[in-house]
Amino acid sequence: MAQASDSIRFILNDREVALSDVAPTDTLLDFLRLERRLTGTKEGCAEGDCGACTVLVGRLTGNSESLVYETVNACIRFVGSLNATHAVTVEHLAASDGTLHPVQQAMIDFHGSQCGFCTPGIVMSLYGLWLTKDNPSRAAIEKALQGNLCRCTGYEPIIRAAEAAAKERPSAVFDPITRTRETVAARLKALRATETIVIGKGEDCLIVPADTAGLATVLAEHPAATIVAGATDVGLWVTKQMRPINPAVFINGIAELQKIESSEAGLTIGAGVSYTAAFEALVAYPTFGALLDRIGGEQVRNMGTIGGNIANGSPIGDSPPPLIALGATVTLRSKDGTRPLPLEDFFIAYGKQDRRPGEFLESIFVPALPAGDRFAAYKVTKRRDEDISALLGAFRISLEGDRVKTARIAFGGMAATPKRAKAVEAALLGQPWTEDTVRSAQTAFETDFQPIDDWRATSAYRMLAAKNLLMRFFLESIGEEAQLQRFEDVA
Amino acid sequence: MDKSTFEERQTIAGPMHSELRHDSAHKHVAGTADYIDDIPEPAGTLHGALGLTDRAHAEITDMDLSTAAALPGVVCVLTAKDMPHSNDISPTHLHDEPVLADGRVQFHGQPAFAVIAETRDIARRAARLAKITYRDLPHMIDVADAMAGGGELVTPPLTLQRGDAEGELERAPRRLKGRMRIGGQEHFYLEGHIALAVPGEDDEMAVWVSTQHPSEVQHMVAQVLGVPSNAVTVNVRRMGGGFGGKETQGNQFAALAAVAARKLRRAVKFRPDRDDDMTATGKRHDFLVDYDVGFDEDGQILAVHATYAARCGFSADLSGPVTDRALFHADNAYFYPHVKLTSQPLKTNTVSNTAFRGFGGPQGMVGCERIIEEVAYALGKDPLEIRKLNFYGDGNSGRNITPYHQTIEDNIIRQIVDELETSADYQARRAAIIDFNRSSRVIRKGIALTPVKFGISFTLTHLNQAGALVHVYNDGSVHLNHGGTEMGQGLYTKVAQVLADSFQIDIGRVKITATTTGKVPNTSATAASSGSDLNGMAAFDAARQIKERLVAFAAERWQTTAENVTFVPNHVKIGEELVPFAEFIGQAYAARVQLSAAGFYKTPKIHWDRSAGRGTPFYYFAYGAAVSEVSIDTLTGEYLVDRVDVLHDVGRSLNPAIDLGQIEGGFVQGMGWLTTEELWWDEKGRLRTHAPSTYKIPLASDRPKIFNVRLAEWSENAEKTIGRSKAVGEPPLMLPISVLEALSMAVASIADYRECPRLDTPATPERILMAVERLRGR
Repeated sequence: MAQASDSIRFILNDREVALSDVAPTDTLLDFLRLERRLTGTKEGCAEGDCGACTVLVGRLTGNSESLVYETVNACIRFVGSLNATHAVTVEHLAASDGTLHPVQQAMIDFHGSQCGFCTPGIVMSLYGLWLTKDNPSRAAIEKALQGNLCRCTGYEPIIRAAEAAAKERPSAVFDPITRTRETVAARLKALRATETIVIGKGEDCLIVPADTAGLATVLAEHPAATIVAGATDVGLWVTKQMRPINPAVFINGIAELQKIESSEAGLTIGAGVSYTAAFEALVAYPTFGALLDRIGGEQVRNMGTIGGNIANGSPIGDSPPPLIALGATVTLRSKDGTRPLPLEDFFIAYGKQDRRPGEFLESIFVPALPAGDRFAAYKVTKRRDEDISALLGAFRISLEGDRVKTARIAFGGMAATPKRAKAVEAALLGQPWTEDTVRSAQTAFETDFQPIDDWRATSAYRMLAAKNLLMRFFLESIGEEAQLQRFEDVA
Repeated sequence: MDKSTFEERQTIAGPMHSELRHDSAHKHVAGTADYIDDIPEPAGTLHGALGLTDRAHAEITDMDLSTAAALPGVVCVLTAKDMPHSNDISPTHLHDEPVLADGRVQFHGQPAFAVIAETRDIARRAARLAKITYRDLPHMIDVADAMAGGGELVTPPLTLQRGDAEGELERAPRRLKGRMRIGGQEHFYLEGHIALAVPGEDDEMAVWVSTQHPSEVQHMVAQVLGVPSNAVTVNVRRMGGGFGGKETQGNQFAALAAVAARKLRRAVKFRPDRDDDMTATGKRHDFLVDYDVGFDEDGQILAVHATYAARCGFSADLSGPVTDRALFHADNAYFYPHVKLTSQPLKTNTVSNTAFRGFGGPQGMVGCERIIEEVAYALGKDPLEIRKLNFYGDGNSGRNITPYHQTIEDNIIRQIVDELETSADYQARRAAIIDFNRSSRVIRKGIALTPVKFGISFTLTHLNQAGALVHVYNDGSVHLNHGGTEMGQGLYTKVAQVLADSFQIDIGRVKITATTTGKVPNTSATAASSGSDLNGMAAFDAARQIKERLVAFAAERWQTTAENVTFVPNHVKIGEELVPFAEFIGQAYAARVQLSAAGFYKTPKIHWDRSAGRGTPFYYFAYGAAVSEVSIDTLTGEYLVDRVDVLHDVGRSLNPAIDLGQIEGGFVQGMGWLTTEELWWDEKGRLRTHAPSTYKIPLASDRPKIFNVRLAEWSENAEKTIGRSKAVGEPPLMLPISVLEALSMAVASIADYRECPRLDTPATPERILMAVERLRGR
């Protein structure tokens, strides 16, 4: 069957939808509420931070072709990014006879709702967890709820509901997704575009390339296009700043960008790999997994990509500092070929990156951590989870005997770009790895950084905490407990 | 006669004191509970957006709205001059709060115009196209600025005084002075403000608005339009959270929607974006407390002199009663033999601060507990010891008079604290923590037990009234309406339980209906934790009236006496005969018995003379206590709340499940206020924490890791409240003062507990680390 190239086609609950009149900025939330009057999904913040708009989106993953359902924030999910997906809203959960899903019933039984406005979103997040985990720990439940704010309950009854629902596993008849998994997978396969989708005219258009070659061609034609991967940042340009993003190029469906390749030399992560998908690979680097778990909420991690976190050039992105400390390089690609670049050189100044017109970020290479190297990344925030870093420090050292042989230290939140602490590195090199060395190296932070005051922290706090993170790194290296942990087990 | 049903089931479903689920729980989880934005819009509904200014204090010299008006899809642009009758929505009638800024901007983000357009998106875009020219004026953003700038007040201050505080301070063996900064708080109701106005015939206007105070919206809309109140009907079925933020702050959106609807003869909806909502609506007041305490070597407090200065914003709003309530709780549960307390409701060029769960009480109490901490650290004692030493005494102790000269008659704080101290194993855990801190280099722990005593009643006495309207239809089904609003707290459920209990019918027979000014007039805000006390009693009164008529009818029809007519589960028992309720009602209808009643209630006993600072402003007190244990990281200031134990008094609970939810939820909300929720203004007076990306309320992973919450089941209200229950909305918010103090203890360990860390709030990781740094080396 020939794939239409001028419409976005997806499944909404139990109906197939084909949309040929979609603006680049149309969000899934507005589509649900205004076009389809599916008002169970709520708008709480329109920036992906409260989770009231949580829905599930099912998609066929990369090469494995398995159908996975992930929670996403409908408020910053663009309709243009939905081709060949299955969007599931709260209205789809109950059986046709009105019998509630076990997750919904548990939320009632344990008094998990008060005002009820966050509840559909919480139900969807718990449903996403229910689908993937049989017997979730409290850590896993909290992780699933990191992107959902509730202002009424204090969460305790919601946690209890999640635990109780996990035990309720009625036959697949009760569960809408389990019931239709195979047929939906087949339908999504059929909906997959084999050529570029273009909706709109001239520069006022949205484009969905089918592969990287198509993407390179599109960018050659539209060098000023907005590349939209997870939309966890671009979404806010639209909902908050009301900036036009046309022509918008949606790349979240490009399978080639979602590959993770592992070799002895290291990991190659496609720029379109989500935080969630990257977790399994990056967890091999100590503390990196725990760090990823503190980026956004689950919904944001399911949408947002490592590539986007780099390409948007934010000084407070969480993945660049550890990647820089690990010595990562990036590959930029255009119609004319590819160009490798050390990640630290990609960041030129605030808001300015070394990405030429027509180029896109294709992949990130993370060298394997040499045996004997010690690595850790520490994120410091006002609120532990789902908060933007006040500062983030990543440390990697190797010793020769008791002396520091190599040191790579990078920070976010301390300068206008993610930046190495070269003076600190210099102060450590060749010195014995002792508390005294660390103390004297701490002052070098003042050479490397002049952080600013803002709502996340004062300059003084950032500086002091940065120095202390080096001390934490040292203390942990000698086996002292120097960090709080809410749970022993990782979700 | 049907006996079978009765014999099978001797009780009704959903009586008072049962653990009934929230009436909308099923709809919440199914996504079928309609909030105002979910109601189908009338054909042709237009959408409004606020035009915000970007100066903290300025004169508007020119406002060019032509570009905004010219954007395709824009229908009209409103300014202050378009208000048909009045541009004033000051809830206290001080005429200091315009709907739209008129020539003068008083805070960064104050709305100066509104755009009405075919879609919300167009309205929002157009609202950014105005060209406003300003002449800047000096601005004052925080309390210190305001004090330095002359200390202009938005409303008259209050002084509470008993004895000779100044004299006793001079004579006290020990004396300490200090200052504490207490941060404000954004409500962050998940459903933002919203109003939909639909014009009717003649001067009529129907408004659906997310408000805790429909009657006030009604009056404000009428005032702005220049129509009598009877022309305006305000409706609200439920809010997606309120917490005080929808007591007065919805007025503006309702007024603007109504003005546009009147002008354009079309339905108009205002739903501000979250950022606009957080920028343009008021929050909890932040305070600067200056305290001076005299005490003896045992830690007995002899005199307290304190000033509570508050950032009120540009207008009074509710700042008068809020700062009053701060003083009413500046004693918390402690007797001050000599006391002088003064409020300073300061004017600042910030959004006008407003009601927020606790209404000033929490700030009063936090200041009070700082004083206790100071005394304890000065004497090297456990703060709990100082607390116990200073608790209010019982009737004959001579130590039961508050700073406002009310005698406390229902004091149970000692029972609560003693029971909790034991059940939470406070002493052993404290000893273990002190031991742990001796040997732990980076991680330090703290534990604290703090009490709560919270006064229940509106301090403006006349607000303590409520109405209900109850119909019994001739099929025996019951329609319930009252003046209270549902914001998630379970008020509708509790009042329905009262009605089911009164008639002894299953709660399924009671239809809960949306609050509307057309059914119950002149209501007070659902606020001050008073919802079920007031409306439960009003519904009870309505049921009483109908039941009296029914009893009289039965006595006559069955030729018996009134004593022989009783309401039993789903039946009426007349002599030995059981008549099913519906059948009985059918007969009463046929006999022309009036089956509808308007109930009314006013709280007895209370009175308050503000100018004298004397009276009995509170009908009773609610009590509670919490023990919190925390760990801090002394390298970064990060922390975890490891365990919390709560024992809280709700009298005889109307619904233990709902009350437990209020306590848990209130605790976590109060903990957020004292820990991670920080409002941050830049030097231009612009609030930079105006969205959840920058303003951090607690997540599931912030709640206490171990969280044991119990009701004091032995407690019963000494006063004749509905079912002898107690109010529960606000008091639990203050339980997490124990978290703040536990954090403080962990910090104090750095200097061997010799010095009070003087931790200001919110106690962010930054404040913790900076406090640790202050204490290092001392």
